[in-house]
Amino acid sequence: MSEELKVPIMADCFAAEKQPEILFWVGSAGSFDDRAKKITRAFVKILNKANVDFAVLGTEESCTGDIAKRAGNEFLFQMQAVTNIEVMNAYGVKRIVTCDPHSFNCLKNEYPSLGGKYEVLHHTQFIDELIKSGRLKVDGNTYKGKRITFHDPCYLGRSNNEYDAPRNVLANTKATIVEMKRNKQTALCCGAGGAQMFKEPEKGAMDINILRTEDALETSPSIIATGCPYCNTMLTDGIKNKEKETEVSVLDIAELIANS
Amino acid sequence: MQYIPNILFLLLLAGGVGYFTMNIRKLIRNINLGLDVDRTDQKNVRLKNMAKIALGQTKMVRRPIAGLLHIVVYVGFLIINIEVLEIIIDGLFGTHRIFAPLGKVYNILIGSFEILALLVLVAIVAFWIRRNVIKIKRFLSAEMTGWPKSDGNNILYFEVVLMLLFLTMNAADYKLQLLDAAHYVKAGAFPVSSWMIMPLIDSLSESALIIVERSAWWLHIAGILIFLNYLYFSKHLHILLAFPNTYFAKLTPNGQFTNLESVTNEVKLMMDPDADPFAAPDPTTETEEVAKFGASDVMDLNWVQLMNSYTCTECGRCTSECPANLTGKKLSPRKIMMDTRDRLEEVGKNIDANNGEFKDDGKQLLGDYITPEELWACTTCNACVETCPVSIDPLSIINEMRRYLVMEESAAPTELNNMMSNIENNGAPWPYNQMDRLNWVKE
Repeated sequence: MSEELKVPIMADCFAAEKQPEILFWVGSAGSFDDRAKKITRAFVKILNKANVDFAVLGTEESCTGDIAKRAGNEFLFQMQAVTNIEVMNAYGVKRIVTCDPHSFNCLKNEYPSLGGKYEVLHHTQFIDELIKSGRLKVDGNTYKGKRITFHDPCYLGRSNNEYDAPRNVLANTKATIVEMKRNKQTALCCGAGGAQMFKEPEKGAMDINILRTEDALETSPSIIATGCPYCNTMLTDGIKNKEKETEVSVLDIAELIANS
Repeated sequence: MQYIPNILFLLLLAGGVGYFTMNIRKLIRNINLGLDVDRTDQKNVRLKNMAKIALGQTKMVRRPIAGLLHIVVYVGFLIINIEVLEIIIDGLFGTHRIFAPLGKVYNILIGSFEILALLVLVAIVAFWIRRNVIKIKRFLSAEMTGWPKSDGNNILYFEVVLMLLFLTMNAADYKLQLLDAAHYVKAGAFPVSSWMIMPLIDSLSESALIIVERSAWWLHIAGILIFLNYLYFSKHLHILLAFPNTYFAKLTPNGQFTNLESVTNEVKLMMDPDADPFAAPDPTTETEEVAKFGASDVMDLNWVQLMNSYTCTECGRCTSECPANLTGKKLSPRKIMMDTRDRLEEVGKNIDANNGEFKDDGKQLLGDYITPEELWACTTCNACVETCPVSIDPLSIINEMRRYLVMEESAAPTELNNMMSNIENNGAPWPYNQMDRLNWVKE
């Protein structure tokens, strides 16, 4: 991407005695995973376009500890949490947005009792808010005639009951939105949660991401929309496995909106 | 002599209720073997949940066919039990149809009980067909062989017998009323038994009819008491426990896992630059014994998790939505609950056999019942929690057991150990330098 992104850093804002409206929690996947980095850049493009006064922690950000917690390592999780909370509290962070539902769930639900009390938003909720308040205009023509199906990330949907925000955002494109047979409360996991992303699956008949990809392909979509970097990886792999990568693309909602 | 039936009835009732009470006390004791967890907050929300989910069956109808059939059986069973009240009073005092003076109301009551009994019969036949003819997949999983399988059918047979006895009793009673038999007050409406059962007993003499009526009456009440006592030994406890279980269910978002307080204390100590790790423990703070991290046995779970295991009616909706199970992995959330209950029962029997003290039997929930392979297959997606019609949380048990594996046994899969040491060393699950966290800006 050649486009110049404006990415203010919290430490610089602090030095300049400025308090950004919102902290963008990039997360480990968003910082290091090649596919997820594109989502991060797309979301920043949206933030820039809507003139959002935000900042990132940059090198002061560390893993939320979410994956360690799901794997059973409560020690490591709490060490990470306490470290991050110390940094964020020092900067007086009030509001956080993140593109990763796992970070979203962890920061929103599991940080408060350890001293980190913030308002935490998933990026689809924030984009929905930007559109509704008129700060962001979406030109839906890019997706005219396309069929989009949305895969609910477990940690946004079932875990936190947010099914509407991503669908509200998608409604702004002029695409046809189609639901998979398993959606919202009954959406099938992509297979990455609970630290599965970092290990080989147990012995079984098939991989979970393949089954979920089949769910998605049943809707004959041109785009599978997601709101999670891990779901994105799993479904992209699924599409490759089904040799459908020329017909179907897997895109984050941030990418869909940034490109419209 | 004339009081013999009354005395027999009293003995039967006392025996049935007494044995049931004894088992329920055992059940409560077993549940209390669990760790304490405070679920007394937000009473209004809890009551609302109980009213909606247990009484209102809102989650049952997410699957409309099973849900509607279940409501028929549930409502039928609940309402027909008003009749049991009359039977008990009649039995104790030697009266017959004591509520008959209610007149029209009584006719409506008995009439609607009959219609409900018929509907219950129809629903039960449908349930039996689903289990044994259509063979719906979730009733055939690996854990549904042997006792759990026959238990499921036993309940259905029980209900058929109870409903038929009720209708037979009514049919014979009605016929006796028509014959102007002594003691048989003319009361009640019999819209179902009059055509379903009556033709079968139409030719019987008055004395034979009395035998039929009395036998059906006695067998019906005896059947109800046997059914009541069967509950504790079956998966059917949900008809009672669904209420407390939905009341005490967790109210925080599904995705929120508990933060272990014992860990918080240690982490704070580690992070506090002024803390002296060699300082003598403060005698004013309570000196609890060193906490065990996570769960390897039922005593390490909390009492709500243990109540969950008794509440589970093995419907298998959880397993049928579990992504791991759907793709052929060993994990089945229903089995997690069944194993927890089986182990808890085993521990309870151990305590009974050893004068109230648990004697180490060299067994535990982890390994002897639930294997690490099952635990590591979970994606923590909450599908099982979301779908359970009575708010059972298998995921919390899985997570507690993972905690034990990782923090007490260091027995995580190798790849996860690598991931965790990456987080420890460089603050990301991959081996990238924390100083490179902003590189995406320039790419």
